[in-house]
Amino acid sequence: MVREAVASEMPQVRPGRPRRRYGVPLLFVAPATILILLFFIVPVITTLGLSGTDLSTITFRQPKWVGVQNYHTLFTDPFVGKILLNTARYVLLTLLFNVGMGLTLALLSTSIPTRFGNQVRALWLLPRILPSVVYVLIWQGLTREAPFGLVSDVLGVSRNWITAEPWAVIILANGLVGASFGMLIFTSAIRAIPSDLFYAAAVDGATTGQTVRRVVLPMLRWPILFVTAYQTLSLLTSFEYILLLTQGGPGFYTTTVWALHAYQLALSNYFGNVQFGLGAAMAALLVVIGVVVSLLYLRVFNFRELVSEPKVEVN
Amino acid sequence: MPLLPPRWRLILAVVLLVSVPIAAGIFWLFLTGVFDRVHGLLPVRPPSADNWRFIWEGVGGRPPVRIPLLNSIVFAGGVAALEVIVASMAAYAISRMSFPGRRLYLGLVLVLHAFPAVSLIIAIYYVLRLLGLFDTLTGVILVKASLDLPLGIWLMKGFFDYLSWDMEMAALVDGMSRWTLFWKVAMPLVRPGLLALGTFALLSAWGEFILPFTLIVSPRSWTMAMYLQTFFGEVFMDFGMFAAVGLFYALPVIGMFLVGQRYLLNIYGGGVKG
Repeated sequence: MVREAVASEMPQVRPGRPRRRYGVPLLFVAPATILILLFFIVPVITTLGLSGTDLSTITFRQPKWVGVQNYHTLFTDPFVGKILLNTARYVLLTLLFNVGMGLTLALLSTSIPTRFGNQVRALWLLPRILPSVVYVLIWQGLTREAPFGLVSDVLGVSRNWITAEPWAVIILANGLVGASFGMLIFTSAIRAIPSDLFYAAAVDGATTGQTVRRVVLPMLRWPILFVTAYQTLSLLTSFEYILLLTQGGPGFYTTTVWALHAYQLALSNYFGNVQFGLGAAMAALLVVIGVVVSLLYLRVFNFRELVSEPKVEVN
Repeated sequence: MPLLPPRWRLILAVVLLVSVPIAAGIFWLFLTGVFDRVHGLLPVRPPSADNWRFIWEGVGGRPPVRIPLLNSIVFAGGVAALEVIVASMAAYAISRMSFPGRRLYLGLVLVLHAFPAVSLIIAIYYVLRLLGLFDTLTGVILVKASLDLPLGIWLMKGFFDYLSWDMEMAALVDGMSRWTLFWKVAMPLVRPGLLALGTFALLSAWGEFILPFTLIVSPRSWTMAMYLQTFFGEVFMDFGMFAAVGLFYALPVIGMFLVGQRYLLNIYGGGVKG
């Protein structure tokens, strides 16, 4: 007892003691571990747990365990087909725009002098760093009826384009933000291509188009796969811009996607009764997909290389 | 590409044309915020100070703007400070120390980095209620910093990995403790990393909408994103003031963009997720 008390008062533990192996590293990783436990691990378990209860505004005091009933309700809901279809549409079309535009921008901006290229890329970064509410405010303003809205001016048809063409607006709004992600990754991949290849292609008389098709694009296969995989997962769970642009409307579930519906069921009061359990069940499916896919990424990207042991051991 | 195509001027023209919508959007925000009435991109009435009256008076039953402004500053600053310190500590341990479970820990960080955290929002709402941190700025700061933590740890680990071990070894041999060494030797050496992560965290928290929108209710804890959001869906939207508030809120970001675009390009190009 006495020895222990003395030891705990001494800030430094003598080397060779087994507890030292844990002690110092534990001190360093403790804060991060606590935060990750509280806001990642516990929520994952909570989502799964809540999805088995009937927690709602009515049953808030005494939620009951209902097993898989929420999942049953979910898949017998007549609107679930519509929401699934919306989700597929949203993810696929936005993905197509993101990757295509990202690739186009990377190719174009690396084919002009670097200082122009950097400025173009910086400009495309703006939608990403602008606060999302401000970004959507700009979309709201540009898509108004004539004489205010620029889109109505340019197209010569006066409409509120968010209500008239909600999907086009949602995909473009998401796409202009998402394109910069691919753009930056593809740009650094293009820059990493050995310049010999370009010179060799030029000596062989390849045109710019041929160089892009035969030299650049084959080298971008992995980055394209990475961006596609990564953005599929984040689009599947994202709903911020849809919430701000259309709130899932106009009308009945017109632009409601899975993640948005889960959010609205569990957390917004539009329909009076908040169905927390049901929303959690919808979110639980996303969480499971998220965990499985992220684990898959680990296998695809060479994990062993990333976690090689630190250089020197002293503790 | 090392060889510019012969017609790069044409490509430049194309790329500028494609980028017009973004420039037009920013331009619209500026014009609409400044002028009394704007058609498309054409001001039809003189500049109006009326758009900016939200600065000196409360409008439409909202709290005075200094409250959400202050909250946003505290929120962004708090998130950045917490994230940088906590992520650096963990990253240092992972990069420099050997401890049981290290590989597992790094694997967890990597998985969480790819995991879309927004899918946890429903459960986080519940957890914050249980912790008694719902509707507090502290709660949202903790949540936001935590959700960005895997990215921060990963980023900082890269910086610590590149530090030369010799200097640390010398300090350790001289009897410096790991803790002192971390603060006095290692942290100053990774200043570029701290700056990059800090900038990213500041920008990301400043623009954050979903978390405060979900986890905060009381107007006294509103952030700027929530304040601006209340202008959406008003029956008679005053776009002049709407844009002025947006401009006011986005000004630090636009300023940072004008000053350091090269720097931002480096940060976001360096594997920061989006």
